[in-house]
Amino acid sequence: MPRYKIVHRTTYQYETPVASSHHTAVMRPRDMPSQECVDFRLLVRPRPPIQSQRVDTFGNQVNQFSLQEPHTRLEVLALSSVVVRPRSLPPRSIIPAWEQVAALARQPVGTEALNAAQFAYPSPQVTIWPELGQFARVSAPPGRCYLDVLDDLNRRIHAHVTFSPGETTVGTPVEQVFVRRRGVCQDLAHLMLACLRVLGLPGRYMSGYIRTRPPEGRPRLTGVDASHAWVAAYCPGSDWIELDPTNNLFPESDHITIGFGRDYSDVSPLSGLLVGGGEHTASVGVDVHPEADDA
Amino acid sequence: MISTKAAGSGPIVGPAALHELLREYKASGNAYDELMDGSGAIRPSYAPLLETFGSLGQDGLNRRWEAGRRMVLEQGISFNIQGEGGGQARQWQLDPVPMVLSSADWDYLEAGLAQRARLLNHIIADCHGPQRLLKDGRIPPGLLYAQPDFLRPCLGIQPAGGVFLNLYAVDVGRSPDGRWWVLSDRTQIPTGSGYALENRIVTSRILPEAFRRMKVRRLAGFFREMQQALADLAPRPGDQPRVAVMTPGPYNETYFEHAYLARYLGYALVEGQDLVVRDDRLFLRTLSGLEPVDVLLRRVDDDFCDPLELRNDSMLGVPGLVQALRAGNVTVANMLGTGILQSPAFMAFLPGLCRTILGEDLKIPSVATWWCGQEAALSHVTSRLDDLFVKPAFRPFSGHDKGPPPHALPRRELLERLRFQPHSYVAQERVELATVPGWHEGRLVPKRYALRVSLVSTKNGYVAMPGGMGRVAAGEGYGLITMQRGGSTKDVWVPADAPVEPTTLLYEGAQPVELKRAGNNLSSRVADCFFWLGRYTERADGTMRLLRATLARCEPAGNNREVAPGLEPLVRSLVHQGIIPSGHWLDEVQGPDEASRAALLEETLVRAVFDADQSTSLRAMLGRVSNLALVMRDRLSSDTYRVARSLLEPINELEKRLEESEALATTCALSALQRTLPMLCALQGLASENMTRTQAWRFLDMGMRVERGLFLSVLFWRGLHCRAADHPGLLEALLEVADSSITYRSRYNILPNIAAVYDLLMMDPGSPRSLVSLLDAVDAHLTHLPRALESALPDPARCIVMAASTRLRLVDPNELVRKRGGWSRTNVAQALDLLRQDMPAISDAIHATYLAPTAISRSRGG
Repeated sequence: MPRYKIVHRTTYQYETPVASSHHTAVMRPRDMPSQECVDFRLLVRPRPPIQSQRVDTFGNQVNQFSLQEPHTRLEVLALSSVVVRPRSLPPRSIIPAWEQVAALARQPVGTEALNAAQFAYPSPQVTIWPELGQFARVSAPPGRCYLDVLDDLNRRIHAHVTFSPGETTVGTPVEQVFVRRRGVCQDLAHLMLACLRVLGLPGRYMSGYIRTRPPEGRPRLTGVDASHAWVAAYCPGSDWIELDPTNNLFPESDHITIGFGRDYSDVSPLSGLLVGGGEHTASVGVDVHPEADDA
Repeated sequence: MISTKAAGSGPIVGPAALHELLREYKASGNAYDELMDGSGAIRPSYAPLLETFGSLGQDGLNRRWEAGRRMVLEQGISFNIQGEGGGQARQWQLDPVPMVLSSADWDYLEAGLAQRARLLNHIIADCHGPQRLLKDGRIPPGLLYAQPDFLRPCLGIQPAGGVFLNLYAVDVGRSPDGRWWVLSDRTQIPTGSGYALENRIVTSRILPEAFRRMKVRRLAGFFREMQQALADLAPRPGDQPRVAVMTPGPYNETYFEHAYLARYLGYALVEGQDLVVRDDRLFLRTLSGLEPVDVLLRRVDDDFCDPLELRNDSMLGVPGLVQALRAGNVTVANMLGTGILQSPAFMAFLPGLCRTILGEDLKIPSVATWWCGQEAALSHVTSRLDDLFVKPAFRPFSGHDKGPPPHALPRRELLERLRFQPHSYVAQERVELATVPGWHEGRLVPKRYALRVSLVSTKNGYVAMPGGMGRVAAGEGYGLITMQRGGSTKDVWVPADAPVEPTTLLYEGAQPVELKRAGNNLSSRVADCFFWLGRYTERADGTMRLLRATLARCEPAGNNREVAPGLEPLVRSLVHQGIIPSGHWLDEVQGPDEASRAALLEETLVRAVFDADQSTSLRAMLGRVSNLALVMRDRLSSDTYRVARSLLEPINELEKRLEESEALATTCALSALQRTLPMLCALQGLASENMTRTQAWRFLDMGMRVERGLFLSVLFWRGLHCRAADHPGLLEALLEVADSSITYRSRYNILPNIAAVYDLLMMDPGSPRSLVSLLDAVDAHLTHLPRALESALPDPARCIVMAASTRLRLVDPNELVRKRGGWSRTNVAQALDLLRQDMPAISDAIHATYLAPTAISRSRGG
């Protein structure tokens, strides 16, 4: 089973001293059927006097820390070791028509369906609007197998939006992404979620890392890996089905999950509130090192 | 209209007058009326009030109402209208005729509403905790999951005593058969109790005889319960818990109530910036450091309370507040997340939930409601669309399209929306609200009303304020009565069966009070406001004096337009301060276009008075004073507040006349200055004389003096750089701008002499307006501030002040006579040059020591 060592470094440089600051970090890869986090360390410089951790309502680990002395630089280093168990799709025989999944989300029976239902509605960064409904329904004719609906949506969104870094921010509305057809993995994930939810289907926003495969015969390059976002769709009686619209594929073992929520705002890797500080610059670097052969 | 003052006869009083007052009183349609029953007979509860009305007659009542109107005005009771430019305050519309509610009605309401509060508290506790109602299918998942107000980060937090809903307000109305119905629930920021109290104060004073006779139940007891309940919520046991009222600020629609409640209950009124979370504890930033806060009575929306964990674009909250709550170190009333219960969608489920949770029937029904998120309800709604009132079930997520109000949509479009996002809508039965007597053009007329009742959770369960706020519709209509759209409110009287004990929170004669000579510790933000109020008023004052002196020295057009002596340093000073832009009127060259230059200067000066665009213009400065006064409204006396808010009136008025006649431009400008200056003096006088000598006053006064020091040192320094520095005309101008002409004349019987003038303006400790006196005053303030009292060394601001003052004292003004022509190279000039750099440094040092930065920014990444 592939084992990854991940180094996720975030550095803020402030123009003027920050008097005090509060931060939350969602950076520990969560334990779930597709993976196990065997080691995690969060190193913060300067050393925060107040640190705590808790588990949020979605089951993600949240680390919180506050700095109360003036500082002009903040470095957050998240080190994780994760064993990934390759995901596989549930057998077609257990997959219902998509309408049945939507009906179950609307009137959930059992804990599993109830938990899923909370991902079936619009959320702060995932809006729905009538034209999107028309777009999504092209992939969802009555009675179509749920898996085919997912696959088709994934493919169409991949085709609809051109991956182009720098043209959107974490706050870009999903409707704008749909209209301008440009964005990054977060935007594609949000758009995919909007399509699922406009059909009444529960979809989770997945925050994590991806190991980009090296070209044949060449060593893996450091620094091409980055934090990544994709989605997971509820499948009754099975694990959630993960989909990566940015790469138009069903993740197997190259995706390492940090956590999930309704959208980016639930699992933003690092957010902070600063008193003072003026302008600031941030730099983020992620290295995903495969430790064992993933043959 | 019958004349009530026929010759020879007095005003009509008694039964005839009453008959006249009620002449046009007819209950509309089949609505229930509080005054008359179906047969037109007066209900017994109103009889004593009407008797009083009869004995006062129309004239008597009109006089009472006029007195009431004046009281509302004097107390500055207001309500901010949203969407009409920041903080447009509308005067509180009080309908002076109290509503009378019989004891029987009241007992029924109190019991029913207390039950409802209990029920709602159980529901929110479950939704934030075990979620059994959800798991058992008693609450459909969409009702919670689709709600923006369902705050995930707050789930699992257990508030003090398990109470989420510490305060609760609810609107009720009566249907034609006389039954009570709940129209809406206010669970997040239950407003109304403060306004009800104000209404009571006014109404009971204008109708004292009826108030006494009817033995109206008092409101103070409710507030005493509220004080006790809030004190009980403190997580720290022991000594006096510190309670603060958190307001979004003066632009909020109900800011008046926040300030009023804080004052009445004796709590600090704070904004998010005043508070800070350290070590997972909540503190108030004050001049003497951080002071713990135990209980926060919040008037800020749920999701705005913590920009770190809730809405990240909030500028109103406190980063880390949710974590402090989680750690159990503070209580927020009401608990964050209680907003979900405000959704009318819950009403559809309350009868069932009441039986499940309390094992009782819901005593007072809600107006019939269907939540469209359920298929059966949706089909019912679509089949009866014309009879029902469709409205949003929740407020939308921020940034999501709100769309037009559903009831305004054409039928087809509404149906489309209902089918597209059914869970976002509810439909309600239209209620024909009951009517209550109100005053209209000298007579009693029936008006539709809703009653807002306030409750508080105490150790003995929920307790209601006896009475409440009657909200009266402006016109005829169904269900919708809002303060935003020009309705009015009225006091609600519940006559007691037994005599009532008068209670009040304001003075308790019998109990010994700990005597205090100092007020509560000032928050750093408020100190900052006072400091800047001082600086801005002084800058406006200096600007006006300088402009007035300069304008007065511009010769009337047409004459030989030679620039008057002394004009140059004044103009240069104006340019230096950014009051007028620099231009070629400063050119040294004399020539044929001298006259046009003078005309241009005059035009520029006039523009400096009326110009609204420049950030340094007089108008901008007065605008800032006025805005600050609004922000600090609860800290200023009502006179001070009124003067500050009317500062721009003369300029606005004269600007209109300016448009009519350009020839009179200079006259208009001078007249605007002449009229505004006394107002500003009045403001400064009121602010410094009417304020007790507290820290607030010290900051105001320091702000004024630092600004004056800056303004005058620049002017004097410019004066010494002028070729005609010793010209009596110029010296006269300096004395005038520095407001020291009288002092000079009382000391010297001669034309202004340069050494004497500069000595008086700079070094004379006997003149209150000299630079030395001004520095001494700042020094005295600094020694009285909390940090100075603790530290052995002078703080940085004091170091600068002491050095500057010593430097000034060592200068010999006679040097100015000796070095005639070389003034700019004298020690006096050098001292002024240093001082004009020292003043901003003093201001910065005061800021750094006492008013630390509060600007909050956010970072995201990873």
